[in-house]
Formats: sequence, structure tokens, C-alpha cells
Amino acid sequence: MPLISSRMTLTSLGIVDNLVIVELGPKVGFHERGKEEELRAGIVIVAGWGTDEKAVISILGYRNLSQRRLIREAYREIYREDLFSELQSEFSGHLEKALTHWILDPVDHVALLVHSELRKLNPNHGVIAEIACIRSPEDLLAVKRAYRSRYRRSMEEDVASLTSGNARKILVALASPFRYDGDEISEQTAVWEASILHEEIHGIDRNLEETVRILSTRSKAQLNATFNHYRDIYNTSITKGLKGDSILKTAIRCIKDPMKYQAKARVIMIDVFIHLQVLRRAITNVGTDQEVLSRVVISSAEKDLKHIKEAFLERNNVSLEEAVAGGTSGDYRDFILALLGSDDLLL
Amino acid sequence: MAQPDELEALTKAFSGHGIDEKSLITILGNSHAEKRRTFRKSIPHFFKEDERLFERWDDQKVKLLKHEFMRFKNAIVLWAMHPWERDARLIKEALTKGSSSYNVIIEVACTRSSEELLGARRAYHSLFDHSIEEDVASHVSGPERKLFVALMSAYRYEGPKIMEESVKAEAKTLSAALKNTDKRKHVEDEEIIRILSTRSKPHLRELYKLYKEINDRNFDEDLQVGLRLMQTVHCLCTPERYFSQVLDTALKIDAPKSTKKAVTRVIVTRTDVDIKEIKEEYSRIYGVSLTERIEQSANGNYKDFLLTLVSKEA
Repeated sequence: MPLISSRMTLTSLGIVDNLVIVELGPKVGFHERGKEEELRAGIVIVAGWGTDEKAVISILGYRNLSQRRLIREAYREIYREDLFSELQSEFSGHLEKALTHWILDPVDHVALLVHSELRKLNPNHGVIAEIACIRSPEDLLAVKRAYRSRYRRSMEEDVASLTSGNARKILVALASPFRYDGDEISEQTAVWEASILHEEIHGIDRNLEETVRILSTRSKAQLNATFNHYRDIYNTSITKGLKGDSILKTAIRCIKDPMKYQAKARVIMIDVFIHLQVLRRAITNVGTDQEVLSRVVISSAEKDLKHIKEAFLERNNVSLEEAVAGGTSGDYRDFILALLGSDDLLL
Repeated sequence: MAQPDELEALTKAFSGHGIDEKSLITILGNSHAEKRRTFRKSIPHFFKEDERLFERWDDQKVKLLKHEFMRFKNAIVLWAMHPWERDARLIKEALTKGSSSYNVIIEVACTRSSEELLGARRAYHSLFDHSIEEDVASHVSGPERKLFVALMSAYRYEGPKIMEESVKAEAKTLSAALKNTDKRKHVEDEEIIRILSTRSKPHLRELYKLYKEINDRNFDEDLQVGLRLMQTVHCLCTPERYFSQVLDTALKIDAPKSTKKAVTRVIVTRTDVDIKEIKEEYSRIYGVSLTERIEQSANGNYKDFLLTLVSKEA
């Protein structure tokens, strides 16, 4: 789509919008852009004269949460449309998903992730386990509240009614409790439960009821104490014994050290990218990996992204930005790189 | 005053719920030694004739009296407490006491709003450094464990929207589940637990109605052998009836000590919530007003306190 010059757009539509300029507030990030370009992106989307992807990315990619909220509000006031729906219709593929998720409040974004994952033909239950276990109890609660107001039902009832069998038991158990989030632990319980876990995991029965009970109700501090004892007593990590149970493995990894888990997920995907030399919007395999990338970067932006980048660098001897730059392309790459570069945003 | 009347008054002062302080002061306080001796010899059950020729307090009775004297204090303490702390402590006590008190767990989990239940869980964190879920999961060992953990973890949607198709489908699911298996297994049935612990209350009440239409019986009647499930359904779908029944049983003069506690618990926790509706339901079922019943069974300050709570304007 041909780019349209800013001057032409402004005069044709007869809009001189001081309101927009003022409300967007100060810009941060390393790239300098003129204010007209901000305006241009907004107007061009509305006018349907073609979307200036680069402008949209350069604006949205460098705004922190409160600025994004202001932009969305201002957009609604001026153009009477939700920026979320506009982005949905003007973009497509993974860039669309990434942008629409980015414009949402973090809790709404996560609620959306759960809602859409549950409704896929082949849902990836690990994602739900990840969401339930990485977050602090208060964060998870905020997600559940957002879910309730967005979808008029509780997250637990959807997880329960849209999954079945073993997956359901585990996911409902992981998603429901409101864990104690303090540091008090009982060493005695940790030792006792480490032995219960070992017995069940290596038992012939494969009935993991106690394992699910322990993993889903104990506090993270308590569980980490239990995992340490497990390692000390049995000389092996608890995840090694859980060969087939990927949901439980995911849960344990998230409880253990949320940072490491997120960096690791990226490694697997980036390797695939580099090896396959894939074009944008190619095969399902690649699609899933871009999803993973978008999901983790967006969920962690303004929170743990800095630590994730450090962990990634440490583990792979290449920075996350370099890996993404090498493994993705086009506007999608620009957007993700913008998000990765923005962790110095003032909050 | 004639002896028999006074005796009767004193007996009443010491029985039922709470203590009639005024009667004790005027009658016993005013009595001289001989009168008190007569009292000890004539009042049934409180004193025993000891082999060394004196009338001895029955130890059990003294213990019971201690509880009766404390009833007012406990009611005040419970009333002044923040509802979150109240519910957290009720749960903790129920877990410590064991299965005879598990009805309290069901009661708290099912009759509080989602936010109130959440608050109780927070308070529990502060008070006991554990989550309710983990304590329920580790202390309850019977078949009802799954149900209790699920009920305690619930954070139900509280809006009015109901999904008609889900209600219809779930009414069928429940009908099938209850026809098939051994009744004792119902409390562990995954579908039953899922429905009862995740669906919103309006949804469940709709389900209750629809079940009756399909099966010509109420859902809880089909659960006759499953005490816990029955209590759960009562609390979720017909709380006023549930509380009326609890109160009626607990207000019996000769109710056991642990049952009597329910009077304080129910009245303190339901005042300002739905005590009016409970009163209406109570009259409807038992043909006598709750206020009258309390008048008959309770004494002294405790009685006055209960009556004050029960008659409060919102």
C-alpha cells in the first residue's frame, strides 16, 4: 500500500488535532519521530488508505502501558472506534495478534490468551499451566477478574467445561487455588511431601492425585523447598520422572524459576527459525513459534523482560534481540524488536 | 416465693442457650445457706449425693455451664470480628475438629459471595500462614476432599448472565450421573464436582429448577445418601431453607454442645445478609417465628443479643 504524506492527509480530512498531540504525552525510546507522523498513522488507519505498518509499530512499540491506554482512549474519543478492533481489521497474521494483544491491558491480554487457547481445535494446555503457575497469586486473581468481566463467566468454569479427563483435573486444580504468597515454610512438610511426590511419580500406579494436590495447593516457597529436598534426597530433579506429563512439567518449571522457563522456550523456537530460514506467514510450526515469541514478550514487557534478556544471553551467548532479528522478518520483526528495545520505558 | 416456682426458674436459668443472669441474681443471690442446700438436693442432674454426705456439683454439668456462660462472650467476639477473619477462623476450627464439623466448611464455601470467600482466603493467609486450599487438601482425607478443595477454590462469576444451553446439558449430565453409579461415589464424581464448584449461583439455581422439571424430583432428594453433596446443593441453591433447618435443630433445648454453637454462628454471619429471608422461610416451614423460638430457648444477655441482631433493620 502506498504511503500517504502527512500534509495531504491532514488537509484532506481537515483535522487539526491538538487533542491527540497533547494526550499522547512525552515519547520515550531511542528513535525520534515527529509528531505529525503519530497523527498520520492514526488518520491513515481510519481513512482506510492503507496502513503504515512502520509508523504504527514505531508508535505503539515504544509506548508504556499508561501511554498505550491514553492512546486507546484518545482514539476512541476522536474516531469513535476501539483501536483494538481497528488493529484487528487492518493487520493480519502474527503481527495482528501481537499488536492487538499489545494494545490490551496486561490482565485482559492474558485473559484473552486463555479464552482463545481453550477454544482452539488442538489447545496447548501447557500455555494455561504456564499462565496459572508463573504468576503470583494476586496477578492470577487479577487475570480471573478480567476474564469474568470480559466473558461473563469465570475462568475456572471455562477451563473445566472446555477440557476433559486428566488435562482437566490438572488444569482446574492449577488454575483455581489462591496460594499463600508468604515466605513461611515447613521443612518437615517439605521432606514428607518430597517423598510422596517421588513415590507417586515413580510408582507403577500412575495415579498422580497427591502430586496434583501438592503442586496445586502449596505455596511457591513451600514447593521450592520441597523441590530442593527432592533433589537432595533422590539426586534427580523432579521433572525427570515426569516423562509424559508435559502439563505438570510446565507447571513445575514455572513454579521453580519463572525466568528460566521463559528464556528456554525462546531458545527452542529460535533454533527452529534459524535452521528453517522461513518466510513470514509460512507453515504452522513456524506460526506456533511466533505465537510463543509474541506471547512471552508481550506478557513480560515492563515486568521481567530485562531479566529474561539477561538469562537468555547467559544461556545462549547471543542476545535475544540478535536471535529475534535473525529468526524473524518484516514488520513483525520490527515490532518485536521495538518491544525488546523498550524495556527502559519509564513506567 | 414458693419453692417449686423458684426451682423451675433456676432450672430454666441454667438450661437452653445462654444463662439467665437476672434470675440467678435475684433467686440464688438472695438465698441463704439452707435454701441453697434445698436447691442442691432438688434440682435434677446438677448435683450428686456424695458418699461423704454432701451434694457435689456434677463435673460434666459444670463444664457445660462454662460453655453456656461463654455463649454471650463468643457471640460478641464473633460479631465484632471482620467477616473475613470470622470465616477463616470458622474454617480452621472445622478442620481441627474433624468430620463432625465439615458442614461448616460447606456452609462457608457455598453461602458467601465470591469476594467474601476470597477475603476469607486472604485472612487465612495472614492468620495461619497457609492457604485454605492447602490445609483442606492436607487435612481432609475422605472421599469429600476433592469436593471441598474445589468449593473452597471457587471464584464464581457473580453476574446474572446464564448460558441456557449449558444449563440444559448439565441437567442431563446430572440426571445421568445420579442414576448410574453407587450412591456413595457421587461425592467424587468429576462432573458433579465441576458443575457445583465452578458454575455461578444463578446458573445453579436454574439448573435446580430444570432438574426438577426433567426428573419430577428435586436434585437434593436424589442425593439422599450423599450427605455432603446434599448440604452443598442446599447451601448453593436454597440457603434460606438450609439455615432455617440448622437453626431449628440447634435451638432445641437438649441439643448437644457442638450443635448449639450453630445458633451463634448462623445468626452472627447472616445478620446484615439474609436474616430477613431466613426468618420468613423459618416461619413458613415451622409455623412459628424465629423470634419466638429464640425467646423460648435462649436466656439472659445472650438471648437479648440474638434478638437484637435478628430484628435489626438493614
